[in-house]
Amino acid sequence: MDLSRGASHAEAAPSTGTTIVACTYKGGVVFGADGRVSIGNYIMNRASNKIAPLSDYIFLCRSGSAPDTQIISDNVRHYLHQASAESGEEPSVLMAANLVRLINYNNKDHLVGAMLVVGWDKHAGGQVYGVPISGTLAKEKWAIDGSGSTYIWGYCDSEFKEDMTRAEAENWVKEALALAMTRDSSSGGTIRMYTLDGDGVHHTYIPGDQVPQFTGELPFPNRDPSGAVLAAAAAREGGMVIG
Amino acid sequence: MSGIGTGYDLSATTYSPDGKVFQTEYAQKAVDNSSTVLGLRCKDGVVLACEKLVLSKLLVEGSNRRIHNIDRHVGVAVAGLAPDGRMVANRAWDEAASYKRVYGEPIPGHVLCERVGSYVHMFNLYWSLRPYGSTMLMAVYDKNGPALYAVDPSGSSLRYFGTAVGKGRQAAKNEIEKLKLSEMTCREAVLEAVKILHKVHDEDGKKFELEVSWICDETNKQHQRVPAELLAEAERQAKAALEDSDMDD
Repeated sequence: MDLSRGASHAEAAPSTGTTIVACTYKGGVVFGADGRVSIGNYIMNRASNKIAPLSDYIFLCRSGSAPDTQIISDNVRHYLHQASAESGEEPSVLMAANLVRLINYNNKDHLVGAMLVVGWDKHAGGQVYGVPISGTLAKEKWAIDGSGSTYIWGYCDSEFKEDMTRAEAENWVKEALALAMTRDSSSGGTIRMYTLDGDGVHHTYIPGDQVPQFTGELPFPNRDPSGAVLAAAAAREGGMVIG
Repeated sequence: MSGIGTGYDLSATTYSPDGKVFQTEYAQKAVDNSSTVLGLRCKDGVVLACEKLVLSKLLVEGSNRRIHNIDRHVGVAVAGLAPDGRMVANRAWDEAASYKRVYGEPIPGHVLCERVGSYVHMFNLYWSLRPYGSTMLMAVYDKNGPALYAVDPSGSSLRYFGTAVGKGRQAAKNEIEKLKLSEMTCREAVLEAVKILHKVHDEDGKKFELEVSWICDETNKQHQRVPAELLAEAERQAKAALEDSDMDD
């Protein structure tokens, strides 16, 4: 998915060379993404948010071209809002997925957006749709995409189970992301993970030094063992701080 | 009848002094003078039934269609000017198809009826167009359950448990009010609908046909004509009921 490994950095567009992961579990969906945005070898942002809300209960996980996927998410958010104003109801996840797919398909010559549409609606519960480049739409029990996804198909295939508990599903998503971030140079930084069910959405932010590490990796340098610096910064900024 | 709206009834863009748009009222008259159409919403679906006067012996049975399929989960019956009704049904078909293409799922009933209502209403706004002289009864079974809607020539769209339009509407509505629709299945409602149509039919000797459709759990939530045996049985019971009441007289 990372098309920005061109010879010249000036020509390369920012890429969300990325890992995005989503799965259904008993009662809802869990989904997450890494945080790295790169232009060639330069990491433009190490803590970006690749998950865009399309409505209160529907989200878009973005990979591929960063500007393309941002515009797609803005457009679909607008159309979904119009649709729910007309119908007086919350939009269904399938509606959002189909809108994303139509934009991908009708503009396939120009756009590079490989996305997952994940959400919850009252008629069909939690759903995961893969909407890759060129305009396919596939409803799935779990889905992954982005450059880092190539390294974790084996993990996902072997470890996914139907009707997992919320904790099991969150662990599956977190492990999958961490493994991909270890091996894919275009993925890394921080993890953002969401859990969504009928009662609402819960956001988990995992700073870089708390991403699971695996055998043989160098330990993350901890320049703030007591946590004092981070705590002071959080107090100053009033909340979330980039680790 | 003549002279009712003299001077104020020449175009849809003129109000009368008492706040009426006479062109719309006249369009409503076209529906009121047509043969009866009724709809019943039951606990498991919706039934639509039309009385069709046979205008000529040369007509093949089943021609002069009054009931149209809009999508798998939506069917409509039209009363009033038949070609006008056909145009409105076509628009409904268009709306349903484009919704499916854009949003990937079948159009909800309340969205479709509002879109058709807006369309019909538009023809009440411009001098160069005349209002549609037809009312559309819409039977839909979507993820919110079964529903019956009616869109009239003014463009207003309302949701009903049961309703009737056309010549025999007053008598039909009286009969419908006696029914306990929320406890009835569509199979039972077909018998009632046919009974009502036979009862309110003008006894001037003109032959008439029935066109009856349903959409319910039994049809897997798809809009279809009722099976021939059920219709035949309903006609038998209806005629027997008429004879009974004749004997009572």
